[in-house]
Amino acid sequence: MHDSTLEQLKRSGRIVVVGASLAGLRAAETLREKGFTGTLTMIGDEPHQPYDRPPLSKQVLLGRSPAEHTALPRRRDIDAEWRLGSAATGLDMAARRVRLADGDEVPYDRLLIATGVRARPWPHPAEAELDGVFVLRTRDDGAALARRMADGPRRVLVIGAGFTGSEIASACRERRLDVTVAERGDAPLVGALGGVVGAVAAELQRENGVDLRTGVMVTGLEGDSAGRVRCAHLSDGSTIEAEIVVVSLGATRNTEWLAGSGLGAGPRGIACDAGCRAFDIRGIVTDDIYVAGDVARSPHPLFGYQFLSLEHWGNAVSQAETAAHNMLSESTERRPHIWVPAFWSTQFGVNIKSVGVPSMGTEIVISQGSRAERRFTGVYGYQGRVIGAVTFDNARWLPFYEKLIETTAPFPPTFDNVDRRPEGRQAMPADFPDPSVPTHGPTVTLSGYSPADRRMTFTPGR
Amino acid sequence: MRLVVDLNRCQGYAQCAFLAPDVFAMHGDEGLLYDPQAEEAQRARLAQAVAACPVQAILVDELDLAAAPSGGAQGSAGSGGTAAAEAPGEAADA
Repeated sequence: MHDSTLEQLKRSGRIVVVGASLAGLRAAETLREKGFTGTLTMIGDEPHQPYDRPPLSKQVLLGRSPAEHTALPRRRDIDAEWRLGSAATGLDMAARRVRLADGDEVPYDRLLIATGVRARPWPHPAEAELDGVFVLRTRDDGAALARRMADGPRRVLVIGAGFTGSEIASACRERRLDVTVAERGDAPLVGALGGVVGAVAAELQRENGVDLRTGVMVTGLEGDSAGRVRCAHLSDGSTIEAEIVVVSLGATRNTEWLAGSGLGAGPRGIACDAGCRAFDIRGIVTDDIYVAGDVARSPHPLFGYQFLSLEHWGNAVSQAETAAHNMLSESTERRPHIWVPAFWSTQFGVNIKSVGVPSMGTEIVISQGSRAERRFTGVYGYQGRVIGAVTFDNARWLPFYEKLIETTAPFPPTFDNVDRRPEGRQAMPADFPDPSVPTHGPTVTLSGYSPADRRMTFTPGR
Repeated sequence: MRLVVDLNRCQGYAQCAFLAPDVFAMHGDEGLLYDPQAEEAQRARLAQAVAACPVQAILVDELDLAAAPSGGAQGSAGSGGTAAAEAPGEAADA
């Protein structure tokens, strides 16, 4: 049976996209591509047109291109009504309206939420206000930090050695700036890649002249009389003098504006089905609200149907395309979002790439190359199957490992190493930190419990 | 001209860095850095780089290319998806 309301929606409906970044833009393009000719409204809290974030911690900090030059190319004209610089502040699901900070309300027939994440700020507000204390998430953050780095500060302190923090440290060294990195975990990247690979990242930083301090917390920042940051105090009793402090403690999902709306949104993101349709707080799937990008969490069959939130560039593109397709499709024509997670990072001249979900792995095998040469592939195992892979300067092999993950190949891998190395065949603990202990935060979040885990706990209210 | 490279796709073949060295540069053995807003003077070279990328990882602004007077750039935009080569949901479909 043909759905005439769907035809009407495509012809003259109103679609609102909240979040004017990579996911929002690619979704809008896909909607037009699929023949949507109605009204399209793009709402964004930043005043800028959609721009690309990965260059901010690389090209921009290296001074190779200004932050203003990161506007994303368009695949096509999207003919949208832009509401930039005005954050969405509320959602009325019954009346199908989005409230804006300026008091306006925007009605919709279909809503796509792609509000993403924001940098987790330094927890002490007065210290976070000190001149010279930065986070790096937005274009304006990138521009401000790059300007300060160009002034040649005596020392930069990076708090948190996740991917962003490590890339910032790398850019500092490339600019010959002295840099200290303070990480609460035992090694850089440990939340995303585990301790075995983290140890390689630690050596990489130290070899490149980073003053890396692990297993420590920054307990306080101190300013001078003019309100400029002067030094940081560490939990081991030491003090680090720095003119710039970059807080890289991971990200927080932008869901506060949905409080009280009845949508299934919280600090872990917005729960949705595999087709990107949002759940309400009763666990019932909505018909008209879709989510995509960093803010979404959806079940993935390859990873035990656990809810995955991925702060990955490629996920934003792919999930946006799926959401847009499904918004305009009959129920039988909808597609699941079953993208295999993948990300990249470049630091200290090494290309780090990954597929799958390494942080789900309990064991690792260095299947190719060697850690000593900083050129290797690590394969992660979970319950006897391959669940993820990481490469340091060995990226051309990743599609091969992606296939192993997609086909739930056995772990340890059964093939002989292409390049036989003594350390090659030994599976060892991947050494991920206890997830209940906070670190800089991995870019993949597994939330909800695994269906394989049949425990149920009743926690009475207090 | 705005551009973006899907670095999940990029395999470091360095064809772009060879053809348009003012826009693309290798960073280490495998990494790639690029100028996300290339100068107008780079249009022809950029179009060559887009066409030559073995994994079709470079996306250049469709609107820019469509409006371009340069034959080379128009050719690549019109040749069926060179300009729209950013990783779509193919991994999911495969």
